[in-house]
Amino acid sequence: MAARVITITSGKGGVGKTTTTANLSVALGVLGQRVVAIDADIGLRNLDVLMGLENRIVYDIVDVAEGYCRLRQALIKDKHVSELYLLPAAQTRDKTAVSPEDMTRLCDQMRDDFDFILIDSPAGIERGFRNAIAPADEVLIVTTPEVAAVRDADRIIGLVEAEEKGPASLIINRVKPEMVRYGNMLNTADVVEILAIDLKGIVPEDKAIIVSTNRGVPIVLDHKAPAGLAFRNIARRLLGEEVPFLNIREMPNLIERLARFVRQG
Amino acid sequence: MKILAQLFGQRRPSSRDIAKERLQLVLAYDRIKISPELLQTLKNELITVISKHVEIDREGVEVTFSQGKRHGRLIADIPLLGTRGRRK
Repeated sequence: MAARVITITSGKGGVGKTTTTANLSVALGVLGQRVVAIDADIGLRNLDVLMGLENRIVYDIVDVAEGYCRLRQALIKDKHVSELYLLPAAQTRDKTAVSPEDMTRLCDQMRDDFDFILIDSPAGIERGFRNAIAPADEVLIVTTPEVAAVRDADRIIGLVEAEEKGPASLIINRVKPEMVRYGNMLNTADVVEILAIDLKGIVPEDKAIIVSTNRGVPIVLDHKAPAGLAFRNIARRLLGEEVPFLNIREMPNLIERLARFVRQG
Repeated sequence: MKILAQLFGQRRPSSRDIAKERLQLVLAYDRIKISPELLQTLKNELITVISKHVEIDREGVEVTFSQGKRHGRLIADIPLLGTRGRRK
């Protein structure tokens, strides 16, 4: 069966695209899928460090696109999961080193050998983004519940629709339940209402992410972390399983509301 | 008493409410891909075409853009004065 090509993108930088790509790749791998994670952020590669594979890079995507090596030589085998590979970005080149046609050709070469190809898109709406969505069968938009991130997500949704790569679906990252509870942050329903696309996952803010990034071990491998569970759930949804959304308590109860009034008074 | 007043009184809008309102407004503009000039051109040409077939109140014609959930909508409001005898 041919691989599904899923591009993870956002518009705004720093909302968690690379973290999402690394974690969904590992989670799908753990679920027995054959996965390739492609870093399309040429010049600013980071998927390698989040996966803990930065010391193993010999060839990169530009080497493959330019014919300096075979595709198989550039694929780096993951440390933790047996059927997961990384195709790293080049660090010393720019986005024009690869074309959207190159991306489509590379993905087509891998389709028969894998179940999933996940592409980590760079921020922005320029060439790097065009490269990342060119081969996509599906698009996952990552946003945080913040005005700037949601606005950029809306712009990206429009571009994805214009390229007929949609319908895109949404991952809301870094939800802070206690802030949502007190009306200091947009809640997931607000974001879904504004963007009007399908919700694929809600990931709570989790300090353990920083630790996992420090170590280069994706958080899905940490069975105690709430964010890890959220990403594992998204992976299962990608496989068609009906998984209820995490019970992130977003609504304050009466006691909490009263306590808040008293504090403010 | 202050606590009671706050309990029963008007609640200040939360920063979440403000964020939502600001986003909805800014996105309404972001999503419009039709400039006011284009809208005027469309209006003029609609008046020309339609008045070939029916008599309309040219001054009363309104062409507006409105934003739905994900798709925009052009709305033309064209008051008729009555059909002219001519047919094509």
